[in-house]
Amino acid sequence: MRVEREKLVLIGNGMAGVGTIEQILKLGGAYDITIFGSEPHPNYNRIMLSYVLEGSKSIEDIILNDRQWYEDNHITLHTGTTVVRIDEESRQVIADNGLSVSYDKVIIATGSNSFILPVPGSTKEGVVGFRDIADCDAMLAAAQQYRTAAVIGGGLLGLEAAKGLVNLGMDVTVVHLLEDLMERQLDHTASSMLQAELKRQGVKFAMGKQTVELTGEERVNGLRFSDGTELQADFVVMAVGIKPNTQLAKDSGITVNRGIVVNDYLQTSMENVYSVGECTEHRGTCYGLVAPLFEQGMVLAKHLCGAATQPYEGSVVATKLKISGVDVFSAGEFTETAEHTVISAKDEWKRTYKKILLKDNMIVGAVLFGDVTESASLQKLVKQGAEMTDEIYSEVMGTGCCGGGGAKQGMSVEAMADEEIVCGCNGVTKKAIVDAVTENGFTTVDEIKACTGATRSCGGCKPVVEQILQFVLGDSFQESAKAGICSCTTLSRDEIVAEITAKGLKTTKEVMNVLDWKQPEGCSKCRPAVNYYLGMIYPDTHEDEKESRFVNERMSANIQKDGTFTVVPRMYGGVTTPEDLKRIADVSIKYDVKVVKVTGGQRLDLIGVKKEDVPKVWEELDMPSGYAYAKSLRTVKTCVGNQFCRFGTQDSMGVGAMLERKYERLDFPAKFKMAVNGCPRNCAESCTKDIGIVGNDGGWEVFIGGNGGIKPRIADAFCKVKTDEELVEVCSAVMQYYRETGNYLERTSEWVERMGLENIQRVIMDNAENRKELAARIDFALAQVSDPWKKMLDDDNTRSALFEKANL
Amino acid sequence: MESTKLKYTLGTLQHFLPQIGRVVTCGPVELAIFRTSDDQFYAVENRSPHPKGGPLAEGIVSGYYLYDPLYDWKIDLRTGEVQAPDKGIVATFPVTVDGDNVNVIL
Ligand SMILES: Cc1cc2nc3c(=O)[nH]c(=O)nc-3n(C[C@H](O)[C@H](O)[C@H](O)COP(=O)(O)OP(=O)(O)OC[C@H]3O[C@@H](n4cnc5c(N)ncnc54)[C@H](O)[C@@H]3O)c2cc1C
Ligand code: SF4
Ligand code: FES
Repeated sequence: MRVEREKLVLIGNGMAGVGTIEQILKLGGAYDITIFGSEPHPNYNRIMLSYVLEGSKSIEDIILNDRQWYEDNHITLHTGTTVVRIDEESRQVIADNGLSVSYDKVIIATGSNSFILPVPGSTKEGVVGFRDIADCDAMLAAAQQYRTAAVIGGGLLGLEAAKGLVNLGMDVTVVHLLEDLMERQLDHTASSMLQAELKRQGVKFAMGKQTVELTGEERVNGLRFSDGTELQADFVVMAVGIKPNTQLAKDSGITVNRGIVVNDYLQTSMENVYSVGECTEHRGTCYGLVAPLFEQGMVLAKHLCGAATQPYEGSVVATKLKISGVDVFSAGEFTETAEHTVISAKDEWKRTYKKILLKDNMIVGAVLFGDVTESASLQKLVKQGAEMTDEIYSEVMGTGCCGGGGAKQGMSVEAMADEEIVCGCNGVTKKAIVDAVTENGFTTVDEIKACTGATRSCGGCKPVVEQILQFVLGDSFQESAKAGICSCTTLSRDEIVAEITAKGLKTTKEVMNVLDWKQPEGCSKCRPAVNYYLGMIYPDTHEDEKESRFVNERMSANIQKDGTFTVVPRMYGGVTTPEDLKRIADVSIKYDVKVVKVTGGQRLDLIGVKKEDVPKVWEELDMPSGYAYAKSLRTVKTCVGNQFCRFGTQDSMGVGAMLERKYERLDFPAKFKMAVNGCPRNCAESCTKDIGIVGNDGGWEVFIGGNGGIKPRIADAFCKVKTDEELVEVCSAVMQYYRETGNYLERTSEWVERMGLENIQRVIMDNAENRKELAARIDFALAQVSDPWKKMLDDDNTRSALFEKANL
Repeated sequence: MESTKLKYTLGTLQHFLPQIGRVVTCGPVELAIFRTSDDQFYAVENRSPHPKGGPLAEGIVSGYYLYDPLYDWKIDLRTGEVQAPDKGIVATFPVTVDGDNVNVIL
């Protein structure tokens, strides 16, 4: 027999509402839960839409709770269903499709809508807000089709949208009514620095412009401003603000101001009806960021579960702009008045700015630009309304006064309330983190991440998580924190490598047993790493462990999300022949390859080969493997060079192919890319390669540490050489030095920064002896490698174990 | 509607390399079979419980755990349970070894 539970209905399947439900479930609340959501999707992380637009995440990546989660928790979910009214008399919630559900308690969490300027033309085709997945899809689609876009609104959302559209290749102008961007978070100085930085990144600006009309026929084609000027645009994003979504509350007779009015326990004017999130107005404030919403949700969850809770008394908000290379932070008050004492520091050379506002010596606000390392501490200090002291001053203004810093930081986490949200993306409280440390004995950020989810999304909360760890663990923190390539060991990379050599350890198993791994067979992070270190130390004797390789390297092919594989044959220096192309075409047709794609590294991807066909595809191609799956040399991109180009001074194609042949197949800590150019016009883009080579009249110039990936970095000029022999020797030495000192998965862009360019130059350029030895060591290692597909095709047992599918 | 269970012979011991998964289709279900370093055998449905799905057989095996190849979720091969902070479950099937033969019951 089932006990009748109280019926709880949540209206609004967004971050605040579902966050509250998660808390209720954690607290063991005994409710029959029904959730309504207007959108067709399950609960997703709205703040990450900016990353979806920017292209670094897909919609699937940002789903917070999939449908299985609702099922697992016995929650009835109605997506694509909008609630139109709450009927107090019959205690029913009524939806637009006629569905009605009776309730004991209701939570309204309907969020906001984009505010669309009420100017003529704003309903034309090609005008969208930036709020939900549908808007994001519309922007992605528009970028495919149109070239010019205008984003109206220079706030957080507008700027993120603009940067996203620039990344998608559009010509974007941000139109802003005022002279300052993000004027609700930044002062004039920070704002103009921000504008300069974004200009550098390709965003255009029309400042001080009031839009009075959107022009065009059916579809928008431009904007007209109050000063009579016009701007052409095929697509317009309105990001001028949000409007709490209160229609349903109004129609149900609930008191509404700007938002749905609630008291300190989130109760609305209607009995048994609560409200959280952006649709809510508490003590006259509507919040538009997630951290306050989670704080509200926490109080409400406790209230609904009958647990003791403090009232909700409002939140201090902090903002961070999610655009790569633009670090902006602001918390609390930021525009100075006569009441404020202002501490500020502006560095025009480093392009950083820092400002702290005091009121009666209390820290009430802060703005940072360019360097936001202090953001976590400042956010806490503002939240606590801490008194400014000499220690805090020297700590946050960095006057180089040492001592006391660590202790002070510890104290500020100590003062943090248990319920305070540390990780805004995932709604993790200080208490949850402290519990993970004290109850489960976790000691590292990674373990905390695995257990609570904190730091898992944007990573902005990592400094605070570290401080909490430090505070709870005291001295034992240092030991565990500095070390540990993963949670299986407290040893660092260097310690592991030293132990392997000192103790003569030969297999991952031996390493893990002897060095006392917590998980005896390691995990997906350390097994591949240790396997690499062993191969690097014993190039001739180490037996590569297939079971310690990531899927791609184990199978010598790239897995795709549907479980098919991509095959990429080598094309030395990006050059192929008509015969090879013909063979590639024949095999692609025969095995029904889904897409043939030219890669960024000048070769052909054969995408979507069925697992069991992969060996046959390689056999019939009969070409060397391109190692597109491996942490090793991927491609050497080349320009046309002096063989054909009228500017060319060096044979870039020839040298590129020669280098690719020489260094292919060897394992590196991470993937490795090169480029060779015939002249300083640099058509093959050396500046974003691990090693970039640029020819000039008298020889070559070598650049290292470039990257075009997650963390773009322009390569540093490393040296100039005269002959091809010198060039090879320098490349060999750099590569081997990286192989010997790089952390597994560390790209050269990070490695160069960690080791220091000058240090690497000293090791390699100032010491000819050393350079020759490094080059000799890489030659020795290179002598051991062979094509994996040649081996795989001869080894029936492994090939069948890896690729064949038996059917019973 | 409990139907009778069937025993399928998946192959012999030498077909299964330690810590490397193998795919076998058994009637309607595609299985991923794993042999742990202590020579235990486990069978799970070859489908990641991650919302985006994908195969499991190509993951890294450590002890009785599998790290899935696409999203690095950690899954207990004995129970099929996904380890925190991720959530989910994979269907598991009992494996028996008699002599040289590896069998699954489903
Ligand atoms: C692109 C973007 C970037 C952002 N970046 C950040 C950031 O970096 N940091 C930050 O803190 N915040 C950020 N935000 C703001 C943050 O996403 C919101 O504050 C938060 O999502 C609000 O949560 P909510 O639950 O109140 O509303 P929502 O998440 O909007 O959820 C409300 C849901 O209710 C549904 N709904 C509405 N009416 C009804 C009805 N009558 N019946 C049924 N369902 C209904 C809606 O469809 C919606 O899905 C960003 C927002 C956007 C759009
Ligand atoms: S880099 Fe110089 S040599 Fe090479 S294609 Fe460009 S212009 Fe020609
Ligand atoms: S705040 Fe974004 S991951 Fe924690």
